[in-house]
Amino acid sequence: MSLLSVEDLVVRHGLLQAVRGVSFDVARGETLALVGANGAGKTTLLRAIAGAHQAASGRVTFDGADLSGVPSHERVRKGIALVPEGRRLFVQMTVEENLLLGRSAGRAGDWSVERVLETFPNLKPRRHAKAGHLSGGEQQATAIGRALMSNPDLLLLDEVSLGLSPLIVDRVYASLQGLISSGATIILVEQDLNRALSVSNRVICMLEGRIALAGDSKTVSRDEVTKAYFGLHRKGAGGVPA
Amino acid sequence: MMNQIVQGILLGGYYALIACGLSFMFSVMRIINLAHGSLAVLSAFALWLLASRFHIPPFLGLLIVLPLMAVIGWALQRFLLERSARGGALLPILTTFGLAIVIDNVLFEQFGADTRSLAPFIGSLSYDSWEWPGSLYVGKLAVIIFVTAVVLLGGLQLFLTRTGLGRSIRATSEDPDTAGLVGVDARRANAVAAAIAMVTVGLAGAFLGMRATFDPYAGATQLLFAFEAAVIGGAGSLWGTLIGGIVLALAQTLGAKIHPQGFLIGGHIAFLIVLFIRLYTSGLGLRGLLRLSTGRTP
Repeated sequence: MSLLSVEDLVVRHGLLQAVRGVSFDVARGETLALVGANGAGKTTLLRAIAGAHQAASGRVTFDGADLSGVPSHERVRKGIALVPEGRRLFVQMTVEENLLLGRSAGRAGDWSVERVLETFPNLKPRRHAKAGHLSGGEQQATAIGRALMSNPDLLLLDEVSLGLSPLIVDRVYASLQGLISSGATIILVEQDLNRALSVSNRVICMLEGRIALAGDSKTVSRDEVTKAYFGLHRKGAGGVPA
Repeated sequence: MMNQIVQGILLGGYYALIACGLSFMFSVMRIINLAHGSLAVLSAFALWLLASRFHIPPFLGLLIVLPLMAVIGWALQRFLLERSARGGALLPILTTFGLAIVIDNVLFEQFGADTRSLAPFIGSLSYDSWEWPGSLYVGKLAVIIFVTAVVLLGGLQLFLTRTGLGRSIRATSEDPDTAGLVGVDARRANAVAAAIAMVTVGLAGAFLGMRATFDPYAGATQLLFAFEAAVIGGAGSLWGTLIGGIVLALAQTLGAKIHPQGFLIGGHIAFLIVLFIRLYTSGLGLRGLLRLSTGRTP
């Protein structure tokens, strides 16, 4: 049975339909990459799964339970954690306080402040620094650590490399690789196609709120994904166009 | 002069006490509670009722009134403020204004226009004082109020920084959407914050009744003092509230020394000076301020 099931999901921003009837499943232990141009609906889809946006129609099922009408903090309690685009840290609070907030849902698990600091060693000397005073890489590590502190079954990562230098992105992805190897279930929104394909099992390319292409990350060609990215994909070519 | 300064500082404790709930609600929920003063008077009347009808001394009566105020705060947030906040920033202000009118008139209906005080129920504490070196007479009640304010503000500071619930309240005040995404129940955090604010209002109301007289329409004056202290201290800053209360009280006591009618005027002048400095340093500049004062947007 899949851990997450999204069925015919529609999400609106006012009159604009940002996600238009999207359906897919994510199995436990799988890493799914969501790619697509700006405005394709990736972030909205991720936020709808996390409960930050209400779905206009369709259904999100997590671990067999329908999440319709379930607020975001309850979804964290059920095991869904989002690392939002732009980090969205509480800048007036310290790194440690931000991490401890991740425990608000009260889920039992192995993640602790100490373990996060072991996973992201660059945070160790910054433990008591205000989040607003951190570098971009440190902020991203704190945001991922905060999500991990809720001991999630499903981790949603939105543009973790955005605005970071290549060196810092390498460090962040090295830490993520460790999580993926440990069997975490992850949905990753990423603009860098090569990175997205290299860390994921499966890839979904979105275009104008719809799935333009879905396929196995190891077999789908970069060219096919690029075509789907720009709306040039022809049905039946390689991956599974939706 | 020294006497005025000491009395001003001690009076500042009372202003800090009444302002901290207002400041707390504004910083967490972004709501300016115009019923703040009326709720303090409601607490004073509740204590007066317990003392006069059931012979429960005011300090003991706090054990009943403060939990009741917490419940009122929680219910206000859940059933009134939360709903009105969905209608924009102006609606909660109008709602609390309406609530103040309702409270004032219900109190008038029940208790009439007579002024009352809790002083007769606390024995000599209302007028007892210590003599300090230099012929300074310091009221025992004033010291108790000041110490209570410092302990309350310190306790709130510790609660907000050292406990999970306190961190949740701070997170909700900073970014309620993201707080939800990390597992914080923002509705609960706001309701708890409102309950805490009402407990501080209840305490302030108790001390209002002990140190002075009150009537059903005394809330507006208390709201004004709370608002001035909160703005002087920087709304949202707990220790700033204490400083704001002290500055307001010092301005009032010094104003009263200059002229018998100068008590309130002194406070208002200090408030206006700080308000103008804050607006001027906020980046609006003098031209922006003048445009605001003539109703034009900068």
